[in-house]
Amino acid sequence: MMRPGAIWRELVKNLLRKPVTVLYPAERMAIPYAVRGKPVFEPSTCIGCMMCVRDCPSEAVKIEKLAEKTFACTFYLDRCIYCGQCAESCPRKSITMTHDYELACIDKSVLKEYKKGAPQQPK
Amino acid sequence: MSERMILPIGPQHPLLKEPTHFKFTLEGEKIVDADIRLGYNHRGIEKACEERTYLQDLYMVERICGICSFVHSTNFAQATEDILKVEIPQRAKYLRVIVGELERIHSHLLWLGVAGHEIGFDTLFMLSWRDREIVQDLLEIITGNRVNYSFNTIGGVRKDLSKEEIDQTIKGLKVLEEQTKYFADVATKETTFIGRVAGVGYLPKEVALSHCAVGPTARGSGVDIDVRRDLPYAAYGEIPFNVITSDRGDVLGRTIVRVGETLEAINIVRYAIEHLPSGPITAKVPRKVQPGEAFSRYEAPRGEAVLYARANGTEKPDRIKVRAPTLANLASVRHTLLNQTVADIPIIVAAIDPCLSCTDRTSVILKQDGSPKTEEIDWAELRKRSLISKPLK
Amino acid sequence: MVIELAKILVFPGLVFLFAYAMFAQWLDRKLYARMQNRVGPRFIQPLADIVKLFSKETIIPKSVDPVLFRILPYFAFAAVATSFLFLPIMDSPITSIDGDLVIVAYLLTIPTLVLSLSGWVSATPYSIIGGIRCLSQLFSYEVPYFLSLLTPALMLGTWNINEISKGLPGMIVAHPIYILPVAVAFMVGIIALQGKLERKPFDIADAETEIVAGPFTEYSGRLFGIFRLSLDMEMIVGVSLLVAVFLGGVYPFSGALAIVSYLVKTIFVLFILAYIKTAVARIKINQMIDFGWMVLAPLSLLGILLVVLLHMGGIL
Repeated sequence: MMRPGAIWRELVKNLLRKPVTVLYPAERMAIPYAVRGKPVFEPSTCIGCMMCVRDCPSEAVKIEKLAEKTFACTFYLDRCIYCGQCAESCPRKSITMTHDYELACIDKSVLKEYKKGAPQQPK
Repeated sequence: MSERMILPIGPQHPLLKEPTHFKFTLEGEKIVDADIRLGYNHRGIEKACEERTYLQDLYMVERICGICSFVHSTNFAQATEDILKVEIPQRAKYLRVIVGELERIHSHLLWLGVAGHEIGFDTLFMLSWRDREIVQDLLEIITGNRVNYSFNTIGGVRKDLSKEEIDQTIKGLKVLEEQTKYFADVATKETTFIGRVAGVGYLPKEVALSHCAVGPTARGSGVDIDVRRDLPYAAYGEIPFNVITSDRGDVLGRTIVRVGETLEAINIVRYAIEHLPSGPITAKVPRKVQPGEAFSRYEAPRGEAVLYARANGTEKPDRIKVRAPTLANLASVRHTLLNQTVADIPIIVAAIDPCLSCTDRTSVILKQDGSPKTEEIDWAELRKRSLISKPLK
Repeated sequence: MVIELAKILVFPGLVFLFAYAMFAQWLDRKLYARMQNRVGPRFIQPLADIVKLFSKETIIPKSVDPVLFRILPYFAFAAVATSFLFLPIMDSPITSIDGDLVIVAYLLTIPTLVLSLSGWVSATPYSIIGGIRCLSQLFSYEVPYFLSLLTPALMLGTWNINEISKGLPGMIVAHPIYILPVAVAFMVGIIALQGKLERKPFDIADAETEIVAGPFTEYSGRLFGIFRLSLDMEMIVGVSLLVAVFLGGVYPFSGALAIVSYLVKTIFVLFILAYIKTAVARIKINQMIDFGWMVLAPLSLLGILLVVLLHMGGIL
């Protein structure tokens, strides 16, 4: 049976309930565990194999050798596509993905994350 | 009413979500001729793939389409695995099916909303997109992203499905099924909706076949094709499902097919979750791919997507060629537009679910006199010109 | 004199009309949004839209007739603002003459004509198609609309809006059977009003996905603002007319309380209009004309027929 206004049930229901819209900065949705946010670098375990640099699809990782077994890592977060391939490629799990996704800013040059390891003390 | 008028639509027009150009010749409100021009959104992805490694390409091809991104990445992974002669683990196959079908649900719900918007039924648009959020959240839970999931890797998938995630998925699917049935009910009962889609954009079966239509466009015209059944990939060979077809041939037929497929996809996901085999999710693959070529087909939400890959023994592919389903369906659009009215243009164009930026493979630059600017160059020269010469940074 | 002028310009005249139009637009959008499970605009949003449009640059295309292009919006505005003077908001309207029902009905046609003219003046494919659609649409809803207004007028034997609104409740209380033709005519009137205001399912003339904005396509800035404003005000005038003619105007209150019953009744009609807008899709122009002549016109004739039969039956 065709009739106009067949959608009425949902309309009446909607009038009686709150809008589903999440008013973002004031309210936030729960972030699922799997979400990939800003990558972080742990210098102490890095061995400088450059796998992350080779695999990164957007050339967003740079690893520099500062001294023997001491590496510095730069993430170009403006280029990063947050796929998490660097974290997966790293044999020592020196790169991990966080849940930090609110990276928007006005100045693009700020979107750079530099972290260097402390030079190792000779034993 | 014999005075003819040219109605240009696009590249920028509220009807189009992506740039393309239509030139309609009108007699009153009747369309007597239609001309489609593509090529406003050529991004050179195929070429860019040639200078990236296979792993990097996976993320590149994923970005061909924002809606059916999993289609292209699976297609690429399948083609590469084919050249490498790697059999991926059973669990990975099932996981690919789950994510692929969830993507189909999200794409079809999106289409239903867009179709509603094109005929001025904004309530259907808002409500179906509201419920599409559920499946988007499920995809975020499973893969970590709402679009461009980065779920595939060559030789399997990247993330396993935990017990909790399975529970959430089943819960979400229940709501989705209820809502999809409700929308199916609305779409087949609402007089104004039926009045806008029934008998509009008729595509006879013979024309659908001769114009090589694929996916719901073809199935809506009674052409019984589905790559999932005809040439099973991933785990589709082991999963029972129905191929939904309709003999109507009009936009209503395509709507029925899409809504039916959404319900079918929900059942497929349920089955795949219940019969999820245990085991590893990734097979070990070498970085260098031996010379060879492969051809992969995938039933995308919009129809059959095809990817051709050629390897030359290095870390990078020699050639990638993608044919998005929209390119196959566009040929039939002109036929369906003829003898319709101006008011039918939006819904007819939307009925194939066009994804134009996925389709554009070339840009043609016309000279002032209207002739294409042509110049002959060989393959090596073309390659040299199109590759990015200096690295980023 | 000063009081008369204040009545025309401030309350219940132009300023009230403007304020109520803004409120009605907000209510309409809010209900539309809430029925779609969205948040919807803030209370100040319609006013902010108008202020924004008025402060923006007005672009006049080279191909148009600049004089006609500029003055057309003011015609629509003036026609709508004038017709409001005949409607009973308080106890009695600002001005009332015999036959003002016909005057208001004709004044309400002017915005549509102006729209289609502005489409022609703009001389671009979208606006020309919009203009043609505007006119073809006019022919399909105008007749049922007039006929439905005729029903209560015939019942009471007067063409004066004020007299109709004052006399209708008493008549229905005396002879409840008269509720039948009024109900039929009210239904037709509300659907035809939806067409008149170019709202779903009859927003064919400015169908966004088909012809961008129809006749408005080339309009911008202040001129477009005046157009929008006059359409918002037309909604109030149309709704007030329906309330006055079919729902007994300010009945049962009088004096200062009259405005309360006016507001309650108009909001009720606005709610129905918003519900219709939400529940349906846009139809095509040929379907609209079919619907107008095959369904609405016979229905409105049925209303008149009922009145005539009841009169002949000697109830009155």
